[in-house]
Amino acid sequence: MPTADRGPKHEVAVTTNEIKRIIIIGAGQAGGETAQRLRQAGFKGDITLIGEEPVAPYQRPPLSKAYLLGKLTMERLLLRPASMYAEENIAFLPSVKAVWIDRAGKKVRIEGGRELPYDALVLATGARPRRLPLVGADLDGVHLFRTAADADAIRPDFVAGKKLIVIGAGYIGLEVAAVARQLGLEVTVVETAVRPLARVTSPEVAGFFLDEHTRQGVRFVLGGQPALIKGKDRVTGVGLADGGELPADLVIAGIGVTPETTLAQHCGLAIDNGVVADAECRTSDPNIFAIGDCASRPMAHYENRIARLESVHNAVEGAKIVAGVLTGQKPHTVEAPWFWSDQYDLKLQIAGLFQGYDHVAFRGVMADRSFAAFYYKGDRLIAVDAVNRPGEYLGAKMLIQTGRSIPSNIIVDESKPMKELVASAR
Amino acid sequence: MPKITYIEHNGKEHVVEAPVGQTVMEAAVKHAVPGIDADCGGACACATCHVYVDPEWLPKTGEASSMEQSMLDFANDVEDNSRLSCQIKLTSELDGLVVRLPKSQH
Ligand SMILES: Cc1cc2nc3c(=O)[nH]c(=O)nc-3n(C[C@H](O)[C@H](O)[C@H](O)COP(=O)(O)OP(=O)(O)OC[C@H]3O[C@@H](n4cnc5c(N)ncnc54)[C@H](O)[C@@H]3O)c2cc1C
Ligand code: FES
Repeated sequence: MPTADRGPKHEVAVTTNEIKRIIIIGAGQAGGETAQRLRQAGFKGDITLIGEEPVAPYQRPPLSKAYLLGKLTMERLLLRPASMYAEENIAFLPSVKAVWIDRAGKKVRIEGGRELPYDALVLATGARPRRLPLVGADLDGVHLFRTAADADAIRPDFVAGKKLIVIGAGYIGLEVAAVARQLGLEVTVVETAVRPLARVTSPEVAGFFLDEHTRQGVRFVLGGQPALIKGKDRVTGVGLADGGELPADLVIAGIGVTPETTLAQHCGLAIDNGVVADAECRTSDPNIFAIGDCASRPMAHYENRIARLESVHNAVEGAKIVAGVLTGQKPHTVEAPWFWSDQYDLKLQIAGLFQGYDHVAFRGVMADRSFAAFYYKGDRLIAVDAVNRPGEYLGAKMLIQTGRSIPSNIIVDESKPMKELVASAR
Repeated sequence: MPKITYIEHNGKEHVVEAPVGQTVMEAAVKHAVPGIDADCGGACACATCHVYVDPEWLPKTGEASSMEQSMLDFANDVEDNSRLSCQIKLTSELDGLVVRLPKSQH
């Protein structure tokens, strides 16, 4: 609702029943879910969903998992069948890029010059993978990994015996490495940090995944600085800053993403590691919302600290929040953040945000390939990394969501079932 | 193609046909059956695709894996016939399957 500090006069939010036209920019997971959830919530007005990619909204997680392994078709990645947009009277514009937002006139311009008016606008533009800042990064055989098209471009080269270099040992890099090993490629992971997963988990859990991949035959160059990509037309190797050289038939860069904020920036919305949004996902313009990978918002379970998450949970939750706000429904109950990663037969499930933890407690042992790492800040449980331990994951998620905790010396006691522990938590 | 009947908590029925190999969750989502959120898209990470399998069909759907069972332990209103629908793959044997949906997935 409008407040005095929200800027100039024309920026007064229209009320729910004045909203007749909603435009969503970005037809990824967040944008696709928003369109669908607006209809489910009973919104009868116009919905326009503008997406640069040629396909209907789809799920990205399987791209580096079952899809890359060849176990899933594109059809099954789609959030909804492509025909459903028309059936639900959603104007879905594939292969169309939004190029300008006129906030004063409340219009969006698309490529070709057409202008579309809105009463409420949702930015769901996601994130772009970082390009390797190296000579040779545009050679054939060097790939980024974000879209179905990226995965499709890689698949023909994903055959036994090929030499793959993955640059960057985050979750996507390690998932790609795992799939490649399962298909019989020779895999080397080059990471500038001294351990994999350095930004996303503890040294202990990172060590577990390093050991696992090593056992599966992945070679690691940790603390390695890629200096250039070698090759004439096609990549033949990666040169390292220390003079070393690694031969390659194929290079995949997984060195993180940057939020796509170009449009928001041009129209003067507040930006700080993504488009700044409040708990209702409203930006500094009350008629514009931002959700998913492109936005940062307060974290309800972490003293409302502002964070930008890159996860399905965050994309779907943003869609639920915005659909609720725009249709005047009761507010969505915010979940504790969650994420997962599949590597080989390991299912890693993560709940909460581990940043700022001061100790970690383990339930189960790593050698069994089934354990949970619980992260604490003081006596408060703030996050869990659970490997093949779904009960520990869901139990901890529930605790974090309800602001409860179990002392770390008790949570490690495997003689007590997780369910019992959670029931007795305060 | 196997036919599945989804019965919402309020009694409303949805009959859906879906190909063998799809999951009971996917068939619901692709046909916009309300009441199955399936936030994680079938990765066994969200537990928002909970259904009750009609007791008659239990022998044919088989049992939950230990992974799935541990997730169900933390779902709301769990019964003996509770399953995560993303873990039930459609077979020709399941033609006619009936599942009921819980009051809420959260
Ligand atoms: C390989 C891979 C594996 C992943 N695995 C997991 C996982 O296991 N678990 C998990 O929780 N998360 C995972 N994620 C993250 C998750 O997929 C993202 O957080 C999620 O897709 C974000 O959704 P989004 O809609 O915000 O952005 P996106 O899905 O990126 O969608 C944004 C869309 O907007 C379009 N767009 C941008 N600008 C414009 C414009 N100006 N005009 C028109 N269209 C525009 C883009 O082309 C894109 O299609 C993974 C991501 C990748 C890439
Ligand atoms: S869809 Fe998420 S657990 Fe079934």
